[in-house]
Amino acid sequence: MTTDVLIQVTDLQKHFKGGKQNQDEKIRALDGVSAEIHKGEVVVVIGPSGSGKSTFLRCLNLLELPTGGQILFDGVDITDKNCNINLHRQKMGMVFQHFNLFPHMTILKNMTIAPMQLLHKSKEEAEKTALELLGRVGLADRANAYPSQLSGGQKQRVAIVRALAMQPEVMLFDEPTSALDPEMVGEVLEVMQELAKSGMTMVVVTHEMGFAREVADRVLFMADGKLLEEGTPDEIFTHPKSERLQDFLAKVL
Amino acid sequence: MNEWFAKLQAEFILNFVEDNRWKYLVTGLVNTLKITLAAVLLGIVIGTLVAIIRSTWDQNADRMRPGAGKTLLHIGDIICKIYLTVIRGTPVVVQLMIMFYIIFATSRNGVGVAMLAFGVNSGAYVAELIRGGIMAIDKGQLEAGRSLGFDYVQTMRFIIVPQALKNVLPALANEFIVLLKETSVAGYVAVTDLTKGGDIIRGRTFSAFMPLIVVALIYLVMVVFFTWLVGKLERRLRSSDH
Repeated sequence: MTTDVLIQVTDLQKHFKGGKQNQDEKIRALDGVSAEIHKGEVVVVIGPSGSGKSTFLRCLNLLELPTGGQILFDGVDITDKNCNINLHRQKMGMVFQHFNLFPHMTILKNMTIAPMQLLHKSKEEAEKTALELLGRVGLADRANAYPSQLSGGQKQRVAIVRALAMQPEVMLFDEPTSALDPEMVGEVLEVMQELAKSGMTMVVVTHEMGFAREVADRVLFMADGKLLEEGTPDEIFTHPKSERLQDFLAKVL
Repeated sequence: MNEWFAKLQAEFILNFVEDNRWKYLVTGLVNTLKITLAAVLLGIVIGTLVAIIRSTWDQNADRMRPGAGKTLLHIGDIICKIYLTVIRGTPVVVQLMIMFYIIFATSRNGVGVAMLAFGVNSGAYVAELIRGGIMAIDKGQLEAGRSLGFDYVQTMRFIIVPQALKNVLPALANEFIVLLKETSVAGYVAVTDLTKGGDIIRGRTFSAFMPLIVVALIYLVMVVFFTWLVGKLERRLRSSDH
């Protein structure tokens, strides 16, 4: 692990307006979160549901617009109005809970459309990269299939390599195994573990404590929109300091 | 019985064979199909544009940062709403006559004006169809596109609109069938469409039964045929539902 900071988050805030009945009420999904993601590091974010961990992740590439605070990516303030977020998003791959593959395109097209349109790669070049990546996750023979013809685990593996096809500097995972049947969780985690080994910077929101313990360099524990504790897997899982974390671990382990 | 049949035959010869009057029906049919096809295509183009502007505004207005883009989009949305209200709030015959006698008063190209009028009219209905199709696409599709680095317009173009169009394709084909019948009022602006063709024959022969029933039959056969085609298309789309 190097000490180069890739993403620097300072006092991140995200407030939602309350529902129609109580417009004045503000829901604080993120209440002043500060964190650093270093190059080559695997950071796993855990916490009870509603703790703001997904919101935190989705703020990192501005899928969710923060209402306050600052995010520096590669030293550039991406929360700045004049910053072209589309260019930065090309370097931040994202994997979603529900895969979000494009159902009207083949797997190959899913993986080549962004590199061809955005990085102006030739069709041959993009397809070569895509097939290589598909080979890495054992799906080279499904290149011409449509997403609906794949299992959940296969879809998620495709979603991962689709993001990788853009050659991102960091990969964001938003509960990548939560929508999967139990027997398919393993194959996806395996791919993620491989990716971690290859030195990719990863931020992973997950309920897979085993993965967090085994693969993470650092674990962040969030609750009530705040970052309550952070440390190595050993510090978090074996020597939890705060009561909230002890409580949480008692429930999930 | 025989007498009745002979009378029918005489009617037929009078209305269609004599003076080659059948040519009015052929000219009319060709014009009807031309106008319908052009109108449906124009309607899809206008409808898609309006649908994109409307759904973009609906889904993003409260999340957009204030600025020129937001103002422009708001103006676009207002224009679209006025267009939808005016077109859907007035009869198509009136729109057609306004086009022919006011807006293009100097043009004698009735077929062209009819294409435009029915296209603009159809666009308003197609817009709401496609807007429904766009709104029905899962939010995750937009997020996936944006997360790869596509801007909003690119995401719409490559990811959202193709799926939305595919989903509403049967409804768009139905719009073609609706237009096929709706264009029968084109005769109001001196266009010889199928209906007008039959009516011209009626005016020449002073015999209403034969030309009008035959015109009705031609419409019926076309509608039944295209409905069958749409049904086939629907089944194929469902079976290849990716």
